[in-house]
Amino acid sequence: MPINIFRTGSGFGLTLFIMSASANATDTQTLYTQSLAATCANCHGTQGKSLKDPSVPGLAGRPSAYIIEQMQAFKTGTREATIMHQIAKGYTDEQVKQMAEYFASQKP
Amino acid sequence: MDRRLFLQASAALALIGSSIPARAMRGAKVVVIGGGYGGATAAKYIRMLSNQQIDVTLVEPNKEFISCPLSNLVIGGSRKIADISRPYATLTKNHGITIAQDYATAIDTSARTVTLASGNTLSYDKLVVSPGIDLNMTSIDGLSDAYASGQIVQAWKAGPETLALRKQLEAMPDGGVYAITIPEAPFRCPPGPYERACQVAWYFSKFKPKSKVLVLDANQDVVSKPGLFKKAWAEQYKDIIEYRNQHKAIAVSPKDGLIKFDVQGDVKADVINALPAMRAGVIAQRTGLTNMANGRWCGVNYQSFESAVVKDVFVIGDSIQVAPLMPKSGHMANNHAKVAAAAIVAQLGGMEPNPQPMLTNTCYSFIDDKNVVHVASVHEYLNTERTFKVVAGSGGVSAGPTEREGSYANNWARTIWSDMLE
Repeated sequence: MPINIFRTGSGFGLTLFIMSASANATDTQTLYTQSLAATCANCHGTQGKSLKDPSVPGLAGRPSAYIIEQMQAFKTGTREATIMHQIAKGYTDEQVKQMAEYFASQKP
Repeated sequence: MDRRLFLQASAALALIGSSIPARAMRGAKVVVIGGGYGGATAAKYIRMLSNQQIDVTLVEPNKEFISCPLSNLVIGGSRKIADISRPYATLTKNHGITIAQDYATAIDTSARTVTLASGNTLSYDKLVVSPGIDLNMTSIDGLSDAYASGQIVQAWKAGPETLALRKQLEAMPDGGVYAITIPEAPFRCPPGPYERACQVAWYFSKFKPKSKVLVLDANQDVVSKPGLFKKAWAEQYKDIIEYRNQHKAIAVSPKDGLIKFDVQGDVKADVINALPAMRAGVIAQRTGLTNMANGRWCGVNYQSFESAVVKDVFVIGDSIQVAPLMPKSGHMANNHAKVAAAAIVAQLGGMEPNPQPMLTNTCYSFIDDKNVVHVASVHEYLNTERTFKVVAGSGGVSAGPTEREGSYANNWARTIWSDMLE
């Protein structure tokens, strides 16, 4: 619904359209998280959705606790890897948590 | 309601902490110039991140995408060009992106329009410029003529030249010499020339075992993965590849098969693959976006990839002046694109820019038809320094070539092609 909330000094009336929040509404944190998680897409697929017969697993729909645990294992070296130990060390625990929750919420 | 007023109103809303009405950006127009790893990714992600609110037109002269990564395998003969080609049509079908199969000839940054070779004009609210590199043929005497006559190709943009170089190698008699000359860094794809040497040597080892590969490098040392490449050359291609550093090519004469250098003596070769100095794509030069390194590269605000010269114009991919340790790679261009896409969506939606964008890079290189090595890094934007830096402790290279990494490299290729095009 349009509501007039203020007038600028030059006398323009500014009408703002306040829309009800929907599942698709773009908010700032969602945008940042999508952008962060997109750095994984090159190998794991857009939104973590792998292609058919991948040699690198998809991330979409995996439990966030699992992703966090695996990233930690890559960081500490308890999970063997060719490249993920080098990539995992580039992200903070908070970033890993955000990405893990994002991927957990995606449909595989 | 006027769009600009609406954006101001949205910005006001953002300041008071509300979530943003999606329609703030509805109908905003973004034009993307160039459908490579940067531009195609930007087009797709602007649509995705805006929930399809922003109109996107991609300007790309080619009908289909042909990948530079993996194109060395076509030159070596283990892949076909069809294996590394993908249609652009999926961007329209899956994401509603308008494709102008055309060439951008001019940008009017005041009127905010792009003129195309066909004569059509596109207007934009935000513009993404991702034209890749321009090869400076005049940096090597004789190269322009040799290129015009087809005697020397670079094959540094995948496509017809990839096939032309392959044909030259097939026509070369056994016992011949293939020479690749490498310009001073920075250039597109730092490991590319060294991977190409491996692929040509792999072909020679199978079909023309008396032939040689000469790697003539203007740099002090191999620019990317030096230890891994030099080990492979010493072990796997011992009698085929010879590497010479500090060889800056200054002239070529294909009729005599001669390459001249600034200091070192002349070299003779049957197939000359001379890579000249590189600079930002022509449209970036023509628009005055190339404000860095004596007009070679485009300066950007790394937080958003907005041009340092012109507002509302974003430059991504190989055309930019890179931050420290940032390679001119397809993977990096794809990651630039995602940061720029998020910044454009934020600006058009009246949101604050992401305070800490991140980038990753992975460059896989094929040592033969199956065994692969990589270099990887993670980059964080540091607001205090206004640049990207490699996260301390992240990144690294392979222990050595493996088939396992070969399978990851193939997966990387088809996944990133899908990430940009599907």
